[in-house]
Amino acid sequence: MKGFCRKIPALLAFILTPSVALAAEGRIDTGDTTWLLVSAALVMLMTPGLALFYGGMVRRKNVLGTIMHSFIALAVITIQWILIGYTLSFGPDVNGFIGSLAWFGLKGVGVEPSSYAPTVPHLAFMIYQAMFAIITPALISGAFAERMKFSAYLLFILLWATFVYDPVAHWIWGGGWLSKLGVLDFAGGIVVHATAGVSALAAAIIVGSRRGYPEEPMTPHNLPMTVLGAGLLWFGWFGFNAGSALASGGLATVALVNTHTAAASATLTWIIVEWLRYGKPTMFGAATGCIAGLATITPAAGFVTPMSALIIGIAAGIICFMGLKAKGKIGYDDSLDAFGVHGIGGVLGTLSIGLLATTAINPGGANGILYGNAHQMTVQLIGAGVVALYSLVVSVIILKIIDWTVGLRIDEESEVQGLDVTQHGEEGYFF
Amino acid sequence: MKMVSAVIKHYRLDEVRKALLDAGVQGMTIVDVKGFGRQKGQLEVYRGVEYEVTFLPKVKIEVAVPDERVEDVIDAIISGARTGEIGDGKIFVYDLQDVVRIRTGKRGKEAI
Repeated sequence: MKGFCRKIPALLAFILTPSVALAAEGRIDTGDTTWLLVSAALVMLMTPGLALFYGGMVRRKNVLGTIMHSFIALAVITIQWILIGYTLSFGPDVNGFIGSLAWFGLKGVGVEPSSYAPTVPHLAFMIYQAMFAIITPALISGAFAERMKFSAYLLFILLWATFVYDPVAHWIWGGGWLSKLGVLDFAGGIVVHATAGVSALAAAIIVGSRRGYPEEPMTPHNLPMTVLGAGLLWFGWFGFNAGSALASGGLATVALVNTHTAAASATLTWIIVEWLRYGKPTMFGAATGCIAGLATITPAAGFVTPMSALIIGIAAGIICFMGLKAKGKIGYDDSLDAFGVHGIGGVLGTLSIGLLATTAINPGGANGILYGNAHQMTVQLIGAGVVALYSLVVSVIILKIIDWTVGLRIDEESEVQGLDVTQHGEEGYFF
Repeated sequence: MKMVSAVIKHYRLDEVRKALLDAGVQGMTIVDVKGFGRQKGQLEVYRGVEYEVTFLPKVKIEVAVPDERVEDVIDAIISGARTGEIGDGKIFVYDLQDVVRIRTGKRGKEAI
């Protein structure tokens, strides 16, 4: 006790001493800083957007529980990020594998620019990256919607962010071994969508199917809510992809145009495929198609031309549609298609860099096969493959540990009643 | 007295209400219902998964009428609800034992 009391002043000093030294105004570009801060806000809005996107797809008894999965990530992962997540991802490199704890609790992370983004305050880069760390575990929640215990979910996102997201972010963006290998991922095709998608597949299989799946109809209860969510995601994605230029200007503009183009071509492709296959183009298909296009263009947004983005969107529409159909044949219950859209889209987009990237768009990138460099495809395959395998293995370990300790699933009675009443003691609708 | 109950399409409700008013009906009760008849359900596709939706939404109206007005009311409902397509619905007529107006305590035909 006495020892602890003696430590209090030191602890207070740590909490109260501002790491923010207001000195570096000279090198800071106000345009770049403005754009990155606005982008952080845009990406933040994607998580409530995802909440609505997923919330509309579940049955009405699970609407709040599903929305909560995304919304609570804003709180949990923000705290995780400022304490340890940021330093593990972007802190000084340890053997190419992880960031050191030197920046624990944002120690030394102030308004002085960092090497990651030399014209903006380090804190702006940090909070922008926080928004990516938040939405990524929330994406996975679509795989085990309508049946996961809330306490188990909190534990899962905390462990997953720490042991999957943070190391992979370090490998690709934090100066780790995959970035040294030359793997390109502009805004998170590997770091966000491949990690989340592959982990979602593992989670859907380990948590198991919803009771009654697939015999019982489990139709979306509110598709307008899903479309509202898709709209917010599309809007926020401009911050996600164009913000990843980490500066305002030409590259951010190309990334924004590419993002919008791929979203549009994937939306159109998806409803055309549906129209041909089932006779009717659906709103749900249009909303799904735009997200598939956005997820797929994410890694390539700052490396390809707008015409390539158009092609990437078409490929996303066709291949993600086929991926969703495969679910029914193989028989796992990835309820809201987190793997089918994000896993497949993320990997597809990562490989599209190997084919379509050009240094004419981004001198900091590389050329793909069509621009005379076959090597980049090999590098992209290694990057996507290693990260997919790592995400799969670590996710399985985390899920098994949670299952053996607190248990992953709610009991049968609760599943029949729904997450809203049994996990949260409230209902989404009274009418 | 009779209770005339009809299951009709939602979008015909206002036409039926007008026809019943013209036929001198003083009040009616409606409720949203789901069901199927000879029309059966319909096939819906969500992200490529096909669901047979067996129960379709309809609206049910209930009108209490004196015996001599039953045919008029049935005609009014038909005139308002009929489109000639499958799924126009059905009318059910059954005996009504009593009616009580709560405010005055009046019973029977006068309370309708």
